[in-house]
Amino acid sequence: MFHPSHYAAVVLYAFFASVVFGITMRSTPRNMLRYGAYCFLLFTGSAILVSWAMFLIAR
Amino acid sequence: MATIPTKPAEGHQSSSGFVYLPLIAGWLVPGAGHFLLRKWVRGALLLVSIVSMFALGLAMQGKLYTGAQDLLSLLGMAGDLGSGLLYLVSRMLGLGADPVQTTVADYGRVFIVVAGLLNIIAAIDAHNLRTGRKQ
Repeated sequence: MFHPSHYAAVVLYAFFASVVFGITMRSTPRNMLRYGAYCFLLFTGSAILVSWAMFLIAR
Repeated sequence: MATIPTKPAEGHQSSSGFVYLPLIAGWLVPGAGHFLLRKWVRGALLLVSIVSMFALGLAMQGKLYTGAQDLLSLLGMAGDLGSGLLYLVSRMLGLGADPVQTTVADYGRVFIVVAGLLNIIAAIDAHNLRTGRKQ
């Protein structure tokens, strides 16, 4: 069995989804890499921002 | 009025053969559509990403949708079916049959559904490569 933390699950999800998005949404390897990295940063960055927002709202 | 013949895009594969084959193969086996079009690296990355996501979902004790009891289950099953043979083989092996009881298992359920949805995107990408809509 595999029991990742919430953040580890987010990072895994973001990584695999970003690989697929990068390959399918762009045509050249360079643009695929850039778009995949962009998606990964947006996934993980938005998760951190929303987490902080929920933390502050709960206080 | 003269019509200009449409020129196939660069990288367009041979027009012979069944045009929907990469789409169907890509749906059944992640990355197979790209392998048929000789896009080895893209296919391998898609295969590893989608299979890993599906396997991690099962390892987290995520559930496979088995029927359409309500609208949400129907949508979940549509997502699961996107994984093609991964879903069918897992069902035959009795994997993902337990109900979701922990938070991690709920993450696993989402991983499995999203793996199916990503596989659908990958299969459509293979179809676009086959028809020359994408290079």
